[in-house]
Amino acid sequence: MTGYLVRRAGQLVITLFLIITFAFFLVQAQPGDYATFYALDPDMPPEVKEQMRASFGLDKPLWQQYLIHLKNTVTGNFGVSFGHFPRPVMEVLIERVPRTAVLFLTATVLSFYIGFLLGKAIAWRRGGFLEYTATISGATLFTVFTPAFALMMIWIFAFRLGWLPVGKFLDPLVWRHAEVSANFVFSQMLLTAFLITAFAFLALYLLRKTGRIGLVKWAGPLIAVALVVALLIWSLSGIGGLALDILHHMILPIVTLTLISFAGTMLLTRNSMLETVREDYVMAARAKGLPEKLVRDRHAARNALLPVVTSLVYSLIFAIDGSVIIEGVFSWPGTGLTLLQAVRSEDLPLVMGAMVFIGLFSLLAHVIVDVLYVYLDPRIRYQ
Amino acid sequence: MEVGHSRLRLLLARTRLAWHSFRTGWSIFMESRIGVLSLVIIALFAVMAVAHPILMLTIWDTDTYDPVTGYAFDQLEQPAPPSWRHPLGTDPLGRDVLSQLLWSTRSEFVLGITAALVTVAIATTVGAVSAYYGGLVDVFFMRLADLIIALPGISLLIVLSALFKLNLFYLALVIGILGGFGGTAIILKSQALSIKVKPYIEAARVAGGGHIHIIFVHIIPNLLPLSLLYMMFTVTSAIFAEAVLSFLGLLDLRMSWGIMIHTANTGGYLMGGTRYWWLVVPAGASITLLCSAFYLGGRALDEVVNPRLRRRHD
Repeated sequence: MTGYLVRRAGQLVITLFLIITFAFFLVQAQPGDYATFYALDPDMPPEVKEQMRASFGLDKPLWQQYLIHLKNTVTGNFGVSFGHFPRPVMEVLIERVPRTAVLFLTATVLSFYIGFLLGKAIAWRRGGFLEYTATISGATLFTVFTPAFALMMIWIFAFRLGWLPVGKFLDPLVWRHAEVSANFVFSQMLLTAFLITAFAFLALYLLRKTGRIGLVKWAGPLIAVALVVALLIWSLSGIGGLALDILHHMILPIVTLTLISFAGTMLLTRNSMLETVREDYVMAARAKGLPEKLVRDRHAARNALLPVVTSLVYSLIFAIDGSVIIEGVFSWPGTGLTLLQAVRSEDLPLVMGAMVFIGLFSLLAHVIVDVLYVYLDPRIRYQ
Repeated sequence: MEVGHSRLRLLLARTRLAWHSFRTGWSIFMESRIGVLSLVIIALFAVMAVAHPILMLTIWDTDTYDPVTGYAFDQLEQPAPPSWRHPLGTDPLGRDVLSQLLWSTRSEFVLGITAALVTVAIATTVGAVSAYYGGLVDVFFMRLADLIIALPGISLLIVLSALFKLNLFYLALVIGILGGFGGTAIILKSQALSIKVKPYIEAARVAGGGHIHIIFVHIIPNLLPLSLLYMMFTVTSAIFAEAVLSFLGLLDLRMSWGIMIHTANTGGYLMGGTRYWWLVVPAGASITLLCSAFYLGGRALDEVVNPRLRRRHD
């Protein structure tokens, strides 16, 4: 198992290296360089242009430039953003990455869960009303023109009904007298979410470890207690209202992203289930007289899960692309919106930085899928 | 003379076989309601694509109805709501929406089909070659495919549009190359692996067939049904990518469904909700309908190509 993970990690490092190389040659392949970008000014004397080229390192041979690029990327030095001028690219991105991560991870987990449940159900009862509605509406949502759909959601829920804010990360009116920065509140929220998830997993794991079925029942109440404690701490901290404001802004993007991406998992689970329900062990489980629900969930769906998890990479990549579009439409200030704004203002260092970060996200997705796969497939675990 | 005669008979037999398997596949395809629905939608859009040049030549004059440079002089206010002269109204710049919609349909088909052809040409060759030779060739192409799968396509296209001027042809080429060296190659390779061990490949080798001959005459034709399936999915992703990039205003195109929505959005007409519906609904619905038609068609085709998914008649 460790061997498998180490090998996969090695491949990921090579992939990352290739992405960085690709980014370098993309910039090289276009006409002109960073210096021409500034040097279009006709008043600038040639010596200054030369000096500028030297300061960018553009007078060196290509291979040296490449090595410098490699070193800079690995040390996280993407240079200074043109658009946010004195701020380094890294600083801009570090501020925005957690926002994208939250949007994307929450939506992925939700859509995977919903997709798997629905896919399981429609494969079990084929040809029913549910199958046609779920397939057609799922495929429509999957292939819907995302920006138009997102705008429609905004129009219905924010504009017409007025339940949710139109977009953006926070409401300036609420934050006018706030003494803490939005990033501080957001990082505290992330910390809380992380702690509760870790607690839930740990509690479940430890209770399972005891080997007594009766004890596992207590996991739910335990997690509920942890949630209540967290809520209490937040409401006493004085910045609970600010956190609520951010949460309020998060709902619509997450719901939209979940809606457009759950169908992929659903249709895959359906196909995978259609193959497992014909296996002999499903018939054996039925013949034993096990309840229908148990046969479906523990025997058919458990084995149908493997190919679905393998292709989870695809749905994660789909969600990354989706989150770029969603961030653009909802003005959610994450990596995707940064990329779009940088592309529009030709802020090349920021474009490259954002691209490397989005590449990192997708590699992270690969890691998650690998670990999940090792957990789910005992054949890999005991190799 | 004798050789020519037997060739002809072989060709006839092959055609009859192909026709027979097409008939069987067709009847399975038509059995699924979703497949029929998708076929009807695609045919409808094909009619729309053909209708535009005919209309332009007969009843529409260029000054009023050109999708890019036309201006509806007969309307006092732009955007004008639907009327007899302009069945889907006009856009904020006074251009006929129906004409734009029909004109764009053709370029969506061109884009989708070009991208799909490029994908399939690359993916079948790569799949067959890496399955046939194995070894280093296989490792190289499969790692390349892994790398491409790991890249989020839309984000990459956004970055490319910042660096280069992307027009319809380059966009189709980039999408086709990404698809061809990416996931489709892996799937076609695994299919080619199962073809490679069939007895007729061995027979061809014993009969003295070279590597190239075996790959192109015996393996690739048997990969075609499956690659047809992935053509459908490529069309979906190409149309979708074009629409998203045009919506963001990043492409170098004259007119497309995405640009229609982009025009409405940058003019601020989208938050008018249902008041200016004709600026968004036709284009948005067209993108969604055509994408899902190709997608659902692909899924119905999947049941033809992949017998395990078929419903049993019991």
